[in-house]
Amino acid sequence: MALDFSNVTVNAWRRENGRVGVRNHVLILPVDDISNAACEAVANNVKGTLAIPHAYGRLQFGEDLDLHFRTIIGTGANPNVAAVVVIGIEPEWTKVIVDGIAKTGKPVEGFSIEQKGDFETIRQASWKAKEYVHWATELQKEPCPINELWVSTKCGESDTTTGLSSCPTVGNVYDKLLPHGLTGFFGETSEITGAEHICEKRAATPEAAAKFKQIWQAYTDDVIFAHQTDDLSDSQPTKGNILGGLTTIEEKALGNLEKIGRTSTYIDAIGPAEAPEKGPGLYFMDSSSAAAECVTLMAAGGAVIHTFPTGQGNVVGNPIVPVIKISGNPRTLRTMGEHIDLDVTGILTREMTIEEAGDALIEMIRRTANGRHTAAEALGHREFSMTKLYRSA
Amino acid sequence: MAIPQLLVHDHEDNVGVVVVEGLTAGTEMLCVVTHDNSDFKLTANSDIPIGHKVALKPLSEGDTVIKYGEDIGRMVGSAGVGDHVHTHNCKTKRW
Repeated sequence: MALDFSNVTVNAWRRENGRVGVRNHVLILPVDDISNAACEAVANNVKGTLAIPHAYGRLQFGEDLDLHFRTIIGTGANPNVAAVVVIGIEPEWTKVIVDGIAKTGKPVEGFSIEQKGDFETIRQASWKAKEYVHWATELQKEPCPINELWVSTKCGESDTTTGLSSCPTVGNVYDKLLPHGLTGFFGETSEITGAEHICEKRAATPEAAAKFKQIWQAYTDDVIFAHQTDDLSDSQPTKGNILGGLTTIEEKALGNLEKIGRTSTYIDAIGPAEAPEKGPGLYFMDSSSAAAECVTLMAAGGAVIHTFPTGQGNVVGNPIVPVIKISGNPRTLRTMGEHIDLDVTGILTREMTIEEAGDALIEMIRRTANGRHTAAEALGHREFSMTKLYRSA
Repeated sequence: MAIPQLLVHDHEDNVGVVVVEGLTAGTEMLCVVTHDNSDFKLTANSDIPIGHKVALKPLSEGDTVIKYGEDIGRMVGSAGVGDHVHTHNCKTKRW
């Protein structure tokens, strides 16, 4: 009998803006690379906080700076984050980040290092971080409908088993939960190449299809053809993909698209790290196909749980979003099983249907939302990777 | 049902995927089409790693390779029924 997903709830945190979060982080967030040290010092002083150092944030401009701000603000604004201490080298850009995060209504305060030095900044920021930890740790969870979660997906180290098992498992979850109000993200602009004509047809409206086509064409023209040195056969599929049996980008892309299921359609195509604005439904996000960059962008867009099908075994995690790994490759389960949360090898042996695998993943999403640490969380995978569009000034 | 050695997405496909480790030449494979769970038998002509493709029909240079019922590239060499199909004899049409 088909399960009823309209009434499934999770115990999670209802944030000031109404969004549902499944983790309760107090973030120490650097505006720029040179503020990483101060952030890490604060996180060391105050237990229960998390610093997320990164590589950029100085002398960026134009669209690249917009994306940097959007990614940092979106990370702080994510419902998995209770409160944020922001540290930057100078006050103006620090205030841009603080004001952006403050729109959610959550506690956020900024500190800048110029004319003060690391010691004084760390002292002041540590007091605020400690205050936030006391406050955040008393916040209570409450029952929230599972369909209020924003769930993203991206696959990695794909092989032919992902297209047969783990990707359609995610697709089955979207087919089941999107009609009940889930918000979903998929993306990987470069890895849609080879199936872009099929992706275009999966748009819910002509407008969404046109936006997708524009994003994909811009990527192809501005990135691939502008920088290609050969016929790309050496990088797409990757060496790992080829080892796993994938031969062409078309084959890889068709497997990748299995993640949006049989019936799901996307209602909009959005830019990297942009938050959806058309309500519940599935969104295509223009994003890198590199695992850490993609998960970082989707988390900045507001996803609170990430589902990650893998064939040959990708180990990626994220500092604020639990990344659930799904694999159907028996060799990967045998050789690197510590990274996998959901084993769907039964699909290949015909002992498990895609329907059953989808139900099992919904149950894993429910348990993860309720607090179960994913393999990536348990193993300390906190990859936070900013997408950079071009050289800084 | 016995455990299959080869899975095929669609009836139109001319390749299938090995889904067991250690498949050796001469193995008579149980092949299942996932679309409707129908099955057939096919003999593997070589040792083929898990995840790699096997020709279901005779394929000549220039032939289109079909998987998921879709065009995934062209043959740049030939493959007999039961032969390994991969980068040595198959390539994208895109570049």
